[in-house]
Amino acid sequence: MNQISQSGGRASSIPLMDGHSSEPTIFELSVPGRTAASFRTTGVPVKDPSETIPALALRDDDLDMPEVSERDLVAHFTRLTHRQYSVDLGAYPLGSCTMKYNPKFADVAAVMPGLTNVHPNQPESTIQGWLELMVTLETYFSEITGMAGATLQPSAGAQGELTGLLIMRAYHKDLGRQRKNVIIPDSAHGTNPASVTLSGYHPVTVKSGPNGLVDLEALRSHLDEDTAGIMLTNPNTLGLFEKEILEISRAVHDVGGLLYYDGANLNAVMGVVRPGDMGFDIVHSNLHKTFATPHGGGGPGSGPVAVSQRMLDFLPGPKPAAVGTNPNGTTRYGFVQPSKSIGRIHSFHGNSMVFVRALAYMMYYGGEGLTEVAQAAVLNANWLRERISGSYPTAYDGICMHEFVVSASQIKKETGMRGLDIAKKLLEFGFHSPTVYFPLVVDEALMFEPTETESLQTLQALAEALQQIADMSRTDEGKVEIHKAPTQTPVTRLDEARAARTLIPTFDVSASINVKQ
Amino acid sequence: MSGFIPHTTREVEEMLSFLGLSSIEDLFNSIPASIRLAKGDLNLPNGASEPDVLNAIEGFANSNRPVTNNLVCFAGGGAYDHDISSATKALASRSEFVTAYTPYQPEVAQGVLQALFEYQTLVSRLSGLPIANASLYDGASALVEAINLCAAQNKNHVIWMSQGINPSFRTVVDTFAAGTGHEIIQVPLKKGLTDWTSTTGGPPGTMIIGYPNYLGIVEDLNPTIHFAVANDIRVIIVYDPLAMALLKSPGAVGADVAVAEGQAFGTGLNFGGPYVGLFSTKNEYVRLLPGRLVGETVDANGQKGYVTTLRTREQDIRREKASSNVCTNQTLIAITAAIQLSWLGKSGIKELARRCYAGTEYLKKQLKESGHAYSQFTDAPTVREFAIRTPIAVETVVERMLEEGYLAGIPLRSGFEDSDVDGSLLVSVTEKRTAKEIEEFVNALQRVAK
Repeated sequence: MNQISQSGGRASSIPLMDGHSSEPTIFELSVPGRTAASFRTTGVPVKDPSETIPALALRDDDLDMPEVSERDLVAHFTRLTHRQYSVDLGAYPLGSCTMKYNPKFADVAAVMPGLTNVHPNQPESTIQGWLELMVTLETYFSEITGMAGATLQPSAGAQGELTGLLIMRAYHKDLGRQRKNVIIPDSAHGTNPASVTLSGYHPVTVKSGPNGLVDLEALRSHLDEDTAGIMLTNPNTLGLFEKEILEISRAVHDVGGLLYYDGANLNAVMGVVRPGDMGFDIVHSNLHKTFATPHGGGGPGSGPVAVSQRMLDFLPGPKPAAVGTNPNGTTRYGFVQPSKSIGRIHSFHGNSMVFVRALAYMMYYGGEGLTEVAQAAVLNANWLRERISGSYPTAYDGICMHEFVVSASQIKKETGMRGLDIAKKLLEFGFHSPTVYFPLVVDEALMFEPTETESLQTLQALAEALQQIADMSRTDEGKVEIHKAPTQTPVTRLDEARAARTLIPTFDVSASINVKQ
Repeated sequence: MSGFIPHTTREVEEMLSFLGLSSIEDLFNSIPASIRLAKGDLNLPNGASEPDVLNAIEGFANSNRPVTNNLVCFAGGGAYDHDISSATKALASRSEFVTAYTPYQPEVAQGVLQALFEYQTLVSRLSGLPIANASLYDGASALVEAINLCAAQNKNHVIWMSQGINPSFRTVVDTFAAGTGHEIIQVPLKKGLTDWTSTTGGPPGTMIIGYPNYLGIVEDLNPTIHFAVANDIRVIIVYDPLAMALLKSPGAVGADVAVAEGQAFGTGLNFGGPYVGLFSTKNEYVRLLPGRLVGETVDANGQKGYVTTLRTREQDIRREKASSNVCTNQTLIAITAAIQLSWLGKSGIKELARRCYAGTEYLKKQLKESGHAYSQFTDAPTVREFAIRTPIAVETVVERMLEEGYLAGIPLRSGFEDSDVDGSLLVSVTEKRTAKEIEEFVNALQRVAK
């Protein structure tokens, strides 16, 4: 492949000028008496709050907010954006996070006034478009996952997990079953065991076999009439498809347990295989991963949950649904409460504007397109895996799905360089790092998920950067440089231990807070 | 390939050949053949072009009746029709904020981290409590997490929750209590005020009260706090963050944890989400804090920088022992709030709160002067919203007011044992409402009551 095309995936992580001056906080930029605020003329007569609100309740001082001009405000936050990596800037091969390109047309869809200027408590007659949009998204999502129905209320994956587990609990309770345990593989996301605890179940960890997959015999030994269900990510966090999923599903169902699908990795198999066809009963997905809604620096996400036929009555409510026909023959929509609903999950209806973006994405691709997304995601991961395997052997052999985990333990043994050092050095090549030290079952794990939107040229540049780092780690000079990395970023390596030891969580902390372990 | 997949057919062939594969389907051979789909098996409409998709989405938008000059908004209840500064819109839509991930590599995430540090400081000041996290999903989930914190702290699962809390929040609390096993006891209102005396049984572990409450009423919190202190009870205050420009903060009043819905600061109505849950607490509970926390530190050169900290609290490290499962939060909405609050500034937030207050009082006055068809539910002090009783069914009022061009408010129909509250209408006035709109709103109410 001797192409001359250049990579589009490298970001310059060097700030515009003088990479090493810090940006003052908005509080340090404040000047007493300054403001940017501007209010409309209303003709409403002024009234002093002390006329009706008891003096005891009123504050004695002014709430201390920043005092800046609009010009200074804009400059401050714009400078902050110059200190921030993002998908729009370059490749983000962060494993398990599916940092694909977020299409711009979804931004346009998500600012349409007919959608944004709607109060969540408006009468149903005025929100027919929103209700239809939600029902449509639920239908797409149910079809993609092979389920019978869905809720859009959960705000993120972890809340989706807990919602799904509460549905599991309600289902067993309805059948008069006292179940105690939910089984989780040791490679699972940390949210899984935390969600299980919060659902009132007891998490039981099952060890992975030597091939990185669930050990069917070990699983069987944990299955009994106390088993409420199992939470699986498939492909799992090692990027491997659980080949024995049909046997797993049969074994769990045989003891009356349910299968929960953690859809964090749905991008690998969307349109290729459906969780419902694998035997799963409950599925959550992260719209901010698979369906390309932007992650916003850590949210908002959206974690819809889909369920099989026998679990429909337990879905959260109120739930959007087609409820009748209008005089002109069109469908009328409204909210309904499923008969055995676990209740409400969200203050209102969920992260609605995220629904718009996800639906736009699904409509754009259609069924065949979504299959191509999964195919390209898996192709990219495998190409990168194979290309860097000389220096970065994968923890488990063979074809991977949309992501793969390499172990830097060999490099560490030979050179003393840790996975974290490699990740930090990669930042200086203009790429975001892979996920480090996850999953826990792999020593010195580096987890790569290139996604389908990165070009071959970008993957080549990424592979070359990784190769250069591996080569550097074998020279004394290189080792010193890697240890110091990154040096060209807005800040150099940060002292995380100090941050935890002497906590400074706000600008107002004069002396750091003593945090006892 | 299609859409946002950049590969040419030739590149796909090259990549497959590099892997020693003959077809892209071969990548999926580990999936049992019996359940494999063929391309096109998904029963979904065909893909569509960008303009076609936008047209379709516009179709949904056109089937709504949004808040406009022709549908003037008097509804609040946690979602308020405020002006949003153009600067906030511009800055919050910058793609470096929008398309970043959770700041796992702080050296290239100082923008998000510093913005969150500033947000945490602002939430701390609004609430009067020293520790604020980097946001939670929404007001309801912030309340759920607050309950979990308090119950973990004092090992007491009995919770008294005032019915002056948003009824939706209360149903969310009940939903999650099915898993945690907390015993949630709802405490009714009497004339709009929490009637703790109606509750029997021993002292609870935690008490929850609204400030102002869902009916907009500023309850006197001192008796509640005194009772709580005397009985070693944790207090969660669910507050309206804008009202804090006028009222003593939850921290000053004596809250252990304060939670709020933060939509009012720079986020549109957006059909209820994404909004942002504000969460803050006392120093001594920091180890039980849910969600992410940003802290200041220094880099290798001694330069100031920011990281997520006390990570050992979080689910990815503590796993089943974690007291919260929160991972993703609402960073972008939190940053939006920080920007809008900074734009408002010290004088602006006070002016905003006073304008909402003055508009609300003007509406009360107009209602009083208009006659008796609609009466204020109580004369208790309020900041930005209040409940009124309607002479005909509240749902009918709301439907008829739509024809008059008003979103009249929120019917209070379920979740209130107080029969005075049930069937009343919650109305709210923001700084956007003009005197003329308020006067005409009252005239319209008079008309629809006939």
